[in-house]
Amino acid sequence: MAKAKGAIVVDTEKCKGCGVCVSTCPTQVINLAADVNGKGYHYAYMGNPDACIGCANCGVICPDTCITVYRAKPVKA
Amino acid sequence: MSDTNTIISPENLIYKKTDVLLDNTMHYCPGCSHGTVHKLIAEVIDELGIQETTIGIAPVGCSVLAYNYIDIDWQEAAHGRAPALATAVKRLMPEKNVFSYQGDGDLAAIGTAETIHACNRGENIVMIFINNGIYGMTGGQMAPTTLPGMPASTCPAGRDVSHDGAPIKISELLAQLPGTCYVTRQAVHTAANVRKAKKAIRKAFENQQANKGTSLIEVVSTCNSGWKMSPVQANKWMEEHMFSYYPLGDLKDE
Amino acid sequence: MKELKLMKGNEAIAHAAIRYGVDGYFGYPITPQSEVMETLMAEKPWDTTGMVVLQAESEVASINMVYGGAGCGKRVMTSSSSPGVSLMQEGLTYLAGSELPCVVVNVVRGGPGLGTIQPAQSDYFQAVKGGGHGDYKLITLAPASVQEMADFVEDAFELAFKYRNPVMILSDGIIGQMMEKVELKEFKPRWTPEYIEENFPWATTGKKKGQERRIITSVELDPYVMEDFNYRLQAKYKACEENEVRYEKIMCDDAEYLLVAYGSSARICQKSVEIAREKGIKVGMLRPITLYPFPEKQLKDLAAQVKGILSVEMSAGQMIEDIKLAVECKIPVQHYGRLGGIIHSPGEVIEALEQKIIGG
Repeated sequence: MAKAKGAIVVDTEKCKGCGVCVSTCPTQVINLAADVNGKGYHYAYMGNPDACIGCANCGVICPDTCITVYRAKPVKA
Repeated sequence: MSDTNTIISPENLIYKKTDVLLDNTMHYCPGCSHGTVHKLIAEVIDELGIQETTIGIAPVGCSVLAYNYIDIDWQEAAHGRAPALATAVKRLMPEKNVFSYQGDGDLAAIGTAETIHACNRGENIVMIFINNGIYGMTGGQMAPTTLPGMPASTCPAGRDVSHDGAPIKISELLAQLPGTCYVTRQAVHTAANVRKAKKAIRKAFENQQANKGTSLIEVVSTCNSGWKMSPVQANKWMEEHMFSYYPLGDLKDE
Repeated sequence: MKELKLMKGNEAIAHAAIRYGVDGYFGYPITPQSEVMETLMAEKPWDTTGMVVLQAESEVASINMVYGGAGCGKRVMTSSSSPGVSLMQEGLTYLAGSELPCVVVNVVRGGPGLGTIQPAQSDYFQAVKGGGHGDYKLITLAPASVQEMADFVEDAFELAFKYRNPVMILSDGIIGQMMEKVELKEFKPRWTPEYIEENFPWATTGKKKGQERRIITSVELDPYVMEDFNYRLQAKYKACEENEVRYEKIMCDDAEYLLVAYGSSARICQKSVEIAREKGIKVGMLRPITLYPFPEKQLKDLAAQVKGILSVEMSAGQMIEDIKLAVECKIPVQHYGRLGGIIHSPGEVIEALEQKIIGG
């Protein structure tokens, strides 16, 4: 199993479930939840966290700026 | 503990919302390009350190309430008149950074005269132009930039060029005017495009600081509600249909 | 220093604006007021006071430039004539709705439509009843001399900033074009950015650290908030009606008949009063100086004294409606005035008074 290099935190109450982050993610990390948030949106979440490379594409493209992105510092061998 | 939880720590943070963008939830539809462009403007203002000296001019249209999202001083203009307001604000306070934010109806239909003449005078301002080829706020009517054959509520069978004329390529027109120093067409439908669009916005503000004249950034955008598509479908449709009529790239950079 | 000069009313507006320390003028040429911008351009105030003068692409643009400047707490103005002021109505309602101060000069010409370049007073309704959409008013000053053209620039700006509302100087082609001697006031410095910062906490001058952002807008989607805002506007207009009424009374003390006239028509009527008095007709004149707020109380008081009122306007009868409302139909009120750019003579006014009021 791939070791995650990155991670995202979605403000799930602010997310409108537009799915643009899902389509932009190069490693298919993000899914839309079966649940809905307080406004009835199927919010984004890390369905496949291990695949995250921390590229920040999702954060950059999110129209509602509800994704914060982290990337692990490379570990010295 | 999973990897994810160890990665989520302040020293690993690489992308977060700038403080210049307010926490207010945007009123835009899911997937709307306005939100992305607002964010880019806020990030540029933050990075250039010009929050205290920037005045935004909001339009009429979906982004009429743009002032609720970027934490700077704002004036809300009558429909199409943002370039006139921006002209006066900049001329009376030349040390400030002034930008207008306008949609296609505002900039290229009702405000065409104000747009052309502000650009022709070379007003030292930034103009951000959202072109989604439709009137979003009023419910999806034909815009001056609606593509030939593209349906809208006031041309349900599609825009008939013999009846309505061809969509206006206003950026090409404005690039002809000596007053503009930078005219570029961008998009925000992929992460790479968002990053490019941000560079363009930053350059436009730097042009203003260098007193170079009018910088116009057209962002070819989607209106998934007006187009009656999902946000992802709309992005794809835009790539397939809008970019051939409105090709991305710099039209002028002096 | 003060200076006594001979000049046109339009020129007086320009000189007074520079001397008063106006920050910006944005306009578009139209007869019979083009001398305002021509004088400003010839005087080059940007080299002396730093005043910005810009020829816009239309009256629509110029009034919106005024909006932009006013939103920054600057003293800004425009001038035009009737067709151009019609184009400005959108901007004016936005200015009123955003509570922005500014001064707009209308050197009225005959209408409707493109009409004529000759003087008229047929824009009274447009000026005093709002003109654009929504419940708002323009404070309206009516100069009757070149001196008043100059003096009212300052008065108009003071009212505009006191009430945060657009103020119109409603002149006409006679006052704009005629030459008279005028005493120009001393030069005053323009407001500094520090002064604006201290006095106008609403002005968009850039959001300082720790300060709330400032938003100039007239849109409000919550109808309850919008209703409250409208009540506040109306309270402001009420205060204006109580405090700002200005008028001039001429030979009213023993008057049995009253002429009511403003602007150039008041100059003509002043002569009519003199001639009529020589003929033994006891007539006086009330000249409203503020058309909004209108001198209602003064007219109501005079209605208890005189037998009839003739409203003398170069229009088909617009101010007469406000006179009738003020006197509550207690005495006869009639209208006389020439139309379409024709100026009535003092004799015609007396004839109308004799026929419509005295003999009527």
